[in-house]
Amino acid sequence: MTMPDIPGTTLFDGACARKGYALNKMCYSFNSRDNRAAFVEDEAGYCARYGLDEAQLAAVRARNVLQLIAAGGNVYYLAKLAGIFGLDVQDLGAQQTGLTKDEFKARLLAAAR
Amino acid sequence: MAKIVGGIATSHVPAIGRAIARDQQADPYWKPFFDGFAPVHRWLETARPDVVVVFYNDHGLNFFLDKMPTFAVGAAPQYANADEGWGIPQVPPFPGDQDLAWHLIDELIGADFDLTTCQEMVVDHALALPMALLWPDQKWPVRIVPVCINTVQFPLPSARRCHALGEAVGRAVRSWDSDQRVLFLGTGGLSHQLDGERAGFINKDFDLAFMESLVHDPRWATRYSIPELVEKAGTQGVELLMWLATRAALGDAATEVHRNYHIPISNTASGLMVLEPRG
Repeated sequence: MTMPDIPGTTLFDGACARKGYALNKMCYSFNSRDNRAAFVEDEAGYCARYGLDEAQLAAVRARNVLQLIAAGGNVYYLAKLAGIFGLDVQDLGAQQTGLTKDEFKARLLAAAR
Repeated sequence: MAKIVGGIATSHVPAIGRAIARDQQADPYWKPFFDGFAPVHRWLETARPDVVVVFYNDHGLNFFLDKMPTFAVGAAPQYANADEGWGIPQVPPFPGDQDLAWHLIDELIGADFDLTTCQEMVVDHALALPMALLWPDQKWPVRIVPVCINTVQFPLPSARRCHALGEAVGRAVRSWDSDQRVLFLGTGGLSHQLDGERAGFINKDFDLAFMESLVHDPRWATRYSIPELVEKAGTQGVELLMWLATRAALGDAATEVHRNYHIPISNTASGLMVLEPRG
């Protein structure tokens, strides 16, 4: 099935799933508090155990959401990684849109009118 | 026969859990959202459901990509909420209604829905927070049957298929040989997008049209493909699939009892509807 082009949007299809499996599996492990602590303790070792590829390793190191998505990350699992860094969805939104968090929140408020 | 008391559809944004934990319901930011539930509480006191069938989507707590059902029905005796990695406190576990669960499973598979059945299951914020919105004391006076719809891995089930699932669930409940009072609860939405350059996307016009359609033309949204719904409502706005299933379970005609819509709650256009079956 070919997915239509929606601006600024990736549909997490089979191609993304195949690319991102190791990254998503690692992020799913962060439901566990012990796993989150282990990641903080030794990030490189934790990533290596899940077999992340170069693009995924670079994206994790950069803490960059758009890069993580391009490397096959699914937002529901990436949100658990973001939780480790103390980032909420508005931090992620600001980063992905190039706005400050306050600008991003102001844009949401503007949508109410 | 079982009585369907109504259907409720509500947003399930994780930030709600933080607001509840910090007692922020009366803060200016949260008040327009939480105040919307006062009429719901009054309605629940007269509706007195015994069982809630909850249409929701798991966000990477119970299911991973290794085994991803399109439609999953819980048949467990109890459902715990668990850590999702965002620091939201857990709620008390929910008792399951295994009698209704197995009746639904029998009827749905009999109606050619190829379900996954789950006899052990944890339930995420998408189920736990709406239940906490309906019953803020978190002393659940009801049993539940979770009906989980995949919104994580494309391809998702179509809007047409989710509507049909809801219809089949409604038929199954109406044929249940029981004197129990049943509420349908659908959670998620409304328009929002967390990921990509289009993060923060909201579509008020589409949300309002969608809510209106649930009253007067419940099959309206089934004309759209999933990519079209993502384009119109956002990557996570596709959670309106759960609202569709909830409405479909009420049968052909329904009356609106209450509605609330408020932008923004976190990144989301929050919606709330209470509907009763008619005829």
